[in-house]
Amino acid sequence: MDTEVLKTYFSALEPLATFEEGGEWLMVQVPAENWKNIARKVITERNYDFLFCVTCVDFKTHLTMVYHLRGMQTDETVVVKIQLNRDQPEVATVSDIWRTAEFHEREAYEMFGVQFTSHPDLRKLILPDDFEGFPMRKDFEDPINMIKL
Amino acid sequence: MYSETTIVTPDALQQPLQEGQLVINVGPQHPATHGVLHLVITLEGETIIKIEPHLGYIHRSIEKMSESLTYRQFIYVTSRMDYLSAHINNLACAMCVEKGMQLEVPDRAQVIRIIMSELTRIASHELWIGAMAMDLGAFTPFFYTFRERETINDIMEQTCGARLTMNYMVPGGVMYDLHPEFVARVKSFVVQFKSKVSELEDLVTDNIIFRNRTVGVGVLSKADAISYGCTGPVARASGVDGDIRKRFPYSGYEKLQFEQCLEFAGDSFARYIVRIREMYQSIHIIEQLIDAIPNGDFQAKTKAVIKLPKGEFYTRVETARGELGVYIVSEGGTTPYRIKYRSPGFSNLSALNHMAKGSKIGDLMATMGTLDLVIPDIDR
Repeated sequence: MDTEVLKTYFSALEPLATFEEGGEWLMVQVPAENWKNIARKVITERNYDFLFCVTCVDFKTHLTMVYHLRGMQTDETVVVKIQLNRDQPEVATVSDIWRTAEFHEREAYEMFGVQFTSHPDLRKLILPDDFEGFPMRKDFEDPINMIKL
Repeated sequence: MYSETTIVTPDALQQPLQEGQLVINVGPQHPATHGVLHLVITLEGETIIKIEPHLGYIHRSIEKMSESLTYRQFIYVTSRMDYLSAHINNLACAMCVEKGMQLEVPDRAQVIRIIMSELTRIASHELWIGAMAMDLGAFTPFFYTFRERETINDIMEQTCGARLTMNYMVPGGVMYDLHPEFVARVKSFVVQFKSKVSELEDLVTDNIIFRNRTVGVGVLSKADAISYGCTGPVARASGVDGDIRKRFPYSGYEKLQFEQCLEFAGDSFARYIVRIREMYQSIHIIEQLIDAIPNGDFQAKTKAVIKLPKGEFYTRVETARGELGVYIVSEGGTTPYRIKYRSPGFSNLSALNHMAKGSKIGDLMATMGTLDLVIPDIDR
């Protein structure tokens, strides 16, 4: 896989995209509001049909959604990152593009409080319905169960 | 692209049930869910309209726990995720730390790791066949499979000191050297397995009741398997050639000869056949290695306190259930800043609603059984 080819492709697709190299795969950072359009294009144009890891990372100043994408035919892998505002994290769902995202996004929603707009069924999956707070965030404290980082 | 299925909108959930519909709960304490899985099933007569899994009964937040453990400690918590492939989970974590440290693992440790992984895979598949056949009403195979599984557990106990949660991996190799009797016992196990597995196949594979209950039940197409993120035997039964051992070889799998077991029917019977064939392939791998375990160190020399450089590391391995990914975000300290375990069971479960929709409630146990769900792996 040629990273330069990928870089030109993503720059043409999204002028605001920034790149991070040095890891195993190319990391592309894109703005949250354009993510849905980019997702629709990469699955048809570059054949990234396998979304194998969706997660969120709390960097204390902001949240970052991380999507690991791979083409099953080509093994071409790319990591898409989206920075979100910590007070009001909101990003469009991709569960209609990759079905696996539906459960993973529900997990990110309850653990980090990320709102996925137009998600078909955004409810708590693992935590009880009356749970308050977002336990995977770094500032989460639970004095009763003595959870503090 | 995936096939269209109707998506349940929040509005539809508020609506009362239509006439003739019935909601039943399977679990959380149901013998066929093998753990605390709770399925809310909407039925119309005997036909399944919708399945909604409720998770979290065994959620321990292993990801959060790992954030406060050092790089030597967090490996052993993952044994409690997918306890049937505890060894392979540990391998994924150890490999991720090694990738961050850029550490070379000695040849002897690599070979020991593969043999142990394949033994674990056989033990896991054996347990699955026994338990799944029991779900479908056949009690006898359970005793046949546990006979072989006990032999593997005894071998594990001798070398690792534990039967189920082995905790045998360290960053840079394995914790102890092999037991002196290890090679002889594995060889006698290989002979035993080859002569006995045909008995099991006679009981199950060509059993007309078993075939009637599994052939054509719970069909998953190739495009859907990819879209739902299915991996492992579930995806391979639908024709997805995604075996990590072949596609992204690790730990020396690239030097070995084995085939990726593919089936194309995508039904419950295909998933059963894939696992049976995988056991033969695992035995084939063990046979290639057991006489050629290199001499030398079983562990690379490492510092007592491990620090990873700032960055992100992702490794994946093929467990008995599919692709397990370990994603570490490091800020340069002695503990991981964030860990994500991409567990195979979580993605495989998400396909259950799609697979079971429209079938009869009696077929659900065959569909769910062949997904090989391990609940602690899903909840983490």
